[in-house]
Amino acid sequence: MHELAVCQALIEQVKLVAHEQHAHRVVEINIDIGPLSGVEAQLLEQAFSIASAGTVADGARLISKTTPVRVNCRSCGQVTDALPTRLICANCGDWQTRVVSGDELLLTTVEVSRNIPTETPPGITEH
Amino acid sequence: MCDTCGCNVTHGNAHLLQPGGKLERTDSGHESVSVLRNLLAENDHTAGHNRQHFDRHGVLAINLMSSPGSGKTALLEATIDALGKELAIAVIEGDLETENDAERIRRHGVKAIQITTGSACHLDAHMVHDALHRLDLGQLDIVFIENVGNLVCPASFDLGQHHNVTLLSVPEGDDKPAKYPVMFRSADLVLLSKSDLLPVLDDFQPSNARRHLQALASSAPIIEISSKTGAGMDAWLHWLLEETAALEHRIGAIDPTTATSMPAP
Repeated sequence: MHELAVCQALIEQVKLVAHEQHAHRVVEINIDIGPLSGVEAQLLEQAFSIASAGTVADGARLISKTTPVRVNCRSCGQVTDALPTRLICANCGDWQTRVVSGDELLLTTVEVSRNIPTETPPGITEH
Repeated sequence: MCDTCGCNVTHGNAHLLQPGGKLERTDSGHESVSVLRNLLAENDHTAGHNRQHFDRHGVLAINLMSSPGSGKTALLEATIDALGKELAIAVIEGDLETENDAERIRRHGVKAIQITTGSACHLDAHMVHDALHRLDLGQLDIVFIENVGNLVCPASFDLGQHHNVTLLSVPEGDDKPAKYPVMFRSADLVLLSKSDLLPVLDDFQPSNARRHLQALASSAPIIEISSKTGAGMDAWLHWLLEETAALEHRIGAIDPTTATSMPAP
């Protein structure tokens, strides 16, 4: 299961965003996962609760959106829906296509809460 | 897909790049920050760095992937025996445990670096980067990276290789490309290994494997190969020599000074 490694990479990025935004808490993380990315959203979500423990992302909602598989046909030029195991042009049936959507593994947005004195988490001393 | 040229912007997320989309206040009073960064950007960055190392020294890097037991190490042994005098080869071996495969390779007179991943089911660019520090790329023509035997996880991690070569052994069945589309879609060359078993396992039809690959819009060439009998080895060695020459040509076209072997500072 490589989802734990992917999840750790996700959390590193989220920590960086939180740091840049001077956020004390991450509320929500939105990711796009394509069926052709090789990552299972459900396993990533399970790994998230373990990998995020004790980090700024602890307790955040992880919301993954599955992107549609779509291909651009090199023959007829049409962009059509496809299946992960059948990346054939739905218009003309040619197999020489290029995937234009469905292989994403993307951190899209991070919803953060900025420092408010009354919400200072334990362990952080303000000067 | 990368984070610099905009190719990661799809219909679904393009609105985030519109004015006002970068940082918005949500209904709950929190702030939403637009990121649009590949989750594996850190790995991909190191992979790009590895690729620069290979390019600078004109070393062809091949990432060998397959199920466990499909004959990756046997293929490498046969390849080293055939090309070892002509080209300087080294191997990076990825396994969960043991130095067994590296020891097999070393018996053929080439350097082998064993990466033991512990419980990790794939190699990543950082592991390969560490291994590269133990190789003198200036003295090499080809580096084979034998990935952990696994048709799932290794497909998601760029290592900095020039080409992915995926083995599909005859006992596994000809529908493996349909079952593991992410892996087989990433292949630049598919080797139908243990082809000497085709007469016995006659339910494996190479034409079916080809059909399943085409359904993935893959134009990767397919070679039926047996490390045991030597059948198909010529085509595989020819592909390797062509890719080695193509890399030299490509590197030479960018900077002629790199065509000569320069010692690292």
